Amino acid sequence: MRDIQAATITQAISRLCEEANLYLGEDVVDAFKAALAVEKSPMGKDVLKQLIENADIARKEGFPLCQDTGTTVVFLELGQEVHVVGGDLYGAINAGVRQGYTAGYLRKSVVDKPFSARINSKDNTPAVIHTEIVPGDRLKITVAPKGGGSENMTRLGMLTPSAGRQGVIDFVVRAVEEAGSNPCPPVVVCVGIGGNAEKALLIAKKAMLRKLGDRHPDPELAELEKELLTRINATGLGPQGLGGTTTALDVHIDSYPCHIASMPVAVNIVCHSARHKEVEL
Amino acid sequence: MEISAPLTNEDVAKLKAGDKVSIRGVMYVARDAAHKRIVEALGRGEAPPFPLEGAIVYYMGPSPAKPGKVIGAAGPTTSGRMDSYAPTLMARGLKGMIGKGMRSKAVKEAIKEHKAIYFAAIGGAGALIAQRIKAAEVIAYPELGAEAVYRLEVDDFPVVVIDDIYGGDLYEEGKAAYKRELAV
Repeated sequence: MRDIQAATITQAISRLCEEANLYLGEDVVDAFKAALAVEKSPMGKDVLKQLIENADIARKEGFPLCQDTGTTVVFLELGQEVHVVGGDLYGAINAGVRQGYTAGYLRKSVVDKPFSARINSKDNTPAVIHTEIVPGDRLKITVAPKGGGSENMTRLGMLTPSAGRQGVIDFVVRAVEEAGSNPCPPVVVCVGIGGNAEKALLIAKKAMLRKLGDRHPDPELAELEKELLTRINATGLGPQGLGGTTTALDVHIDSYPCHIASMPVAVNIVCHSARHKEVEL
Repeated sequence: MEISAPLTNEDVAKLKAGDKVSIRGVMYVARDAAHKRIVEALGRGEAPPFPLEGAIVYYMGPSPAKPGKVIGAAGPTTSGRMDSYAPTLMARGLKGMIGKGMRSKAVKEAIKEHKAIYFAAIGGAGALIAQRIKAAEVIAYPELGAEAVYRLEVDDFPVVVIDDIYGGDLYEEGKAAYKRELAV
């Protein structure tokens, strides 16, 4: 067993919350630049230029990229040989969120009593934490702040097996078209196919962590990603939905085996602030 | 095109879907919880927290200002969530709305009826937009935190007209202009 101090986890989470909200990944900035070179709409080009400038201002001036600094989604890959000491794991994570969102001047966007009083927790806790137990003695932590505008556009389709590949394409493209300008295009479209209802949503969410431009190692899924990207960019929505040829920067798909009766498809749309930062302890 | 807030009927009549506009002057910030309170207050016959006549409302909830800064990141939120409140405010004199995303049929009808205008700011460009805000002050509902009502003074605040009084809608027109039909 290898010991990891809870305080070390708190510190790591706090730093990742700030970094994820201020520093857009190089892969995303590169995707803006690549899109700018091919975007057909003048207004779309204008939007892309401003998104590049926005990332630059955020980095240099210490502003969050977006005022919606999200629900704090935390993915853990916890080695089964790790022993967390000096506090409980989830408590340490929420302490890190509290610290990062307060010290970093990030917006506190989490409310309790969701359908009634909607009381703000004032420190963005609790985080939404997904834990995977893996072999080894390391702890990999990823912080992915997720904004409300894009998360509200999530779709889950319990398709039938007969719907097949075309059924997946139709469902995903329709989800993006119906979301329109709401999730802040150009978006990253993350798709989970298979599993059951909650598994499809989870693998779709986790697919956002892949670097933009990287294809799924399974050639069949890689091909589907490419076709979906072409079709989504043919919808005409464009940057910010103002019309154009760059509706999505990329499509990331993951899949999981499913029941003989089912073919779940989940679509999780990530806004152009495709934020995540990770560390391995 | 440059316009100054608050707006008049003449200002609004000049604006067409697709126009790029730079705004200077005063605007008010309100989003979900503040809209609910404002409309409830109007229903009780109370005064709104800011003068609605000619006003521009910006659907936004900023991140906290760092020391020495006017405001934190300050980009628009999704306007559709304010659709159920917007016609009431337009009937009371509201002239401009700034947000992102599509509006309902009822809102578009109210825009025509009451001579108002709906602009989009760039969603997710919170750091950039913050540079155009010269003063910010909480004027109502401070207990709502990020959802409080702010009075902003802005200069060269960049927006584009989405819905105008003539029934124009940039989201529909822009999408149609760039849509391509692909073989199945």
